[in-house]
Amino acid sequence: MGTFIDFISLSDPTSRYVIIGIILLTINASLVGSFAFLRKKSLIGDAVAHSVLPGICLAFLLFQTKNLFILLGGAAITGWLSILSIDLITAHSRIKADAAIGIALSVFFALGIVLLTIIQNSAIASQSGLDHFLFGKAASITRDDVRYFAIVTLIITAVIIIFYKPFKLISFNQDFAVSIGLPVRFYEFILSIITVMSIAVGIQAVGVVLMAALLITPAAAARYWTNDLRIMLILAVVVSAIGGVGGAYISYSATNMPTGPWIIVIISCIAFLSFAFAPNRGIVSKMWIQYQNRKQILLENILKAFYHVGEKDNSFLEMRKPEDILNRREFSFSKLSEGLNKLKRKGLLEKQNNEWKLSSEGLSEAKRIIRLHRLWELYLTQYLNIAEDHVHDDAEAIEHVLTPEIEAQLEKLLDFPSTDPHGKEIIY
Amino acid sequence: MENMLQFDIDAFWIILTGTLVAVSASLLGVFLILRKMSMIGDAISHAVLPGIVIAFLLTNSSSQIPMIIGASLVGVLATFLIESLHRKSKLQTDASIGIIFTFLFAVGIILVSQYTGQVDLDQECVLYGEIAFVPLDRWVTASGIDLGPRNIWTLGACCLAIIATIIIGYKGLYLTTFDQTFAASLGISTVAWHYTLMTGVSLTTVVSFESVGAILVVAFLIVPASTAYLLTDDLKIMLILAALIGFLSVLSGYYVAVYLDASIAACMALMSGVFFAIAFLFSPGYGIAFKGRRAKMGLQKDYSQQL
Repeated sequence: MGTFIDFISLSDPTSRYVIIGIILLTINASLVGSFAFLRKKSLIGDAVAHSVLPGICLAFLLFQTKNLFILLGGAAITGWLSILSIDLITAHSRIKADAAIGIALSVFFALGIVLLTIIQNSAIASQSGLDHFLFGKAASITRDDVRYFAIVTLIITAVIIIFYKPFKLISFNQDFAVSIGLPVRFYEFILSIITVMSIAVGIQAVGVVLMAALLITPAAAARYWTNDLRIMLILAVVVSAIGGVGGAYISYSATNMPTGPWIIVIISCIAFLSFAFAPNRGIVSKMWIQYQNRKQILLENILKAFYHVGEKDNSFLEMRKPEDILNRREFSFSKLSEGLNKLKRKGLLEKQNNEWKLSSEGLSEAKRIIRLHRLWELYLTQYLNIAEDHVHDDAEAIEHVLTPEIEAQLEKLLDFPSTDPHGKEIIY
Repeated sequence: MENMLQFDIDAFWIILTGTLVAVSASLLGVFLILRKMSMIGDAISHAVLPGIVIAFLLTNSSSQIPMIIGASLVGVLATFLIESLHRKSKLQTDASIGIIFTFLFAVGIILVSQYTGQVDLDQECVLYGEIAFVPLDRWVTASGIDLGPRNIWTLGACCLAIIATIIIGYKGLYLTTFDQTFAASLGISTVAWHYTLMTGVSLTTVVSFESVGAILVVAFLIVPASTAYLLTDDLKIMLILAALIGFLSVLSGYYVAVYLDASIAACMALMSGVFFAIAFLFSPGYGIAFKGRRAKMGLQKDYSQQL
């Protein structure tokens, strides 16, 4: 048993090829998986991964060899056939894509198990080891294997660099790609070839059942951090390589620990953390933004209520009791006092005894929101022909999000109107 | 293997086991494929693995009921996780299915390999079960009466429960499958039926696990139902056909397995694929072999309408 330093510095010859091999395999899978993810075809990878099993067994039965190159050739052929049969079934029957994927996955896999058990029950010598493809046997990666993996990595990387632009187009906007006359079917074909290749070699690391994770999970995790495809590809590679090295280290340092499942667990955890904490798209960040928005809306609504009360007796800078505000607009009492204090800290309200009044900044802010509300109501009635009594709710929502640019456009479009559809004054 | 060629009592038990699995799964599969949720079935069948192993560790394998309940709950939990990942973090459905089930399956495999000594499971069994061993594990009462293979009883109970649920809840399942808005307007809860269905799928996967394994259940869930879908437009007929095709796959699969000396469960799954291929090619209504003829007939109909 060695330390992490021994492990990571590749000084232990037994683990050297294993680590390099796993990193190459996970890189392949995460690169092609990113495109499958963006094209919402992740589960086809699952079907292909299960479908390579009969190919491996057939190749072994025909050539009686465990030469990786020949086995992977067989794997690629049946993997490819499964993609074809999914296409065929969805194109020529009323079976939906998800069921077609399930059919291909389970029937090809069943065929693989049939062949595997035939081989195991027969007297063919040296058959042991084929079942490593089921769950992956990363520890048995040899120097020759690494050579094949490296070739595949080179091919996949080269193909992606060469076809980066069309791949990007068909991943993000297939309809547009078709409309400008791109040979979409050709590029889909190229993509499916590199997908099958990466899966065929990747099952060495994690096996057929878990292969789908190497394709999907790093891509999904990466997607949450960026909108840039290039950065996404790099992040996916990094995530999967971390998983690969981590999984290899766990099975290297602890007895009885399988490599493949640990790789999956590590990249899944990275993915879950990304879903939770990634900026902008993560759940926490989304909830924070929602919280901020709710707070902002509350403050703006309180300011508006002050303005409305002032509008009634035509004096906007009068002291008001919280009850006056509550009479004008419904707030929960705790929310209102929280909002009032916050507005005071911002300098938009002033407080004396238990009475409040708008400061001059508060008044102009309230005017701004009221103006947006009334401009929007006018816009809806004049340009969208919506009845006057239907526009309030819409304006109530949009007044909080209209930007100064849109405000300027509205003013210009409506030619600086002086009253809204209900006859209320619009102040500039 | 010579003696298996005769229709002996073991063969009967194996075919009966397979039939119970196939009927339960095919019936549920009809609703899965009509709701475009086939891959959820795939996901559940993988995801119950950690539940089964943990339940094995906590209880012992002789008390089956808590194990079945615990493991089924994990399956339902998986569908819940898939949905919340989809809803809360806006992850596309296919990816959330793929991420959740591979993660849970990986955890299951780690547990299996960590506790190999304590758990009566191995990695191959996880994949394709041990249907040939079903007749060996018998349920013998305290007074020494042999009630037949234990697995038959659990599978039989599960199968009956599913058939009963479908008969009793036919209207609810039908409406929530085809017209959710209408169902909602009648006060039928889509969510309740959704989780009923998911519970059924988990339960079937868990009780079928020992006999056909986690992956081959998927074949019985999706393939016979899809085959039936190519043969009829009527839901009741589709249910009956799916169960029948499931049974035929089991029957023919058993003899193919004996002939090839291969995994029995895998041969049964493979035969369901053969039946699907036949329907795909030669179904009178939807087969591609008659596409030309149907088009011609359609064309003639149009002419007659014009005349």
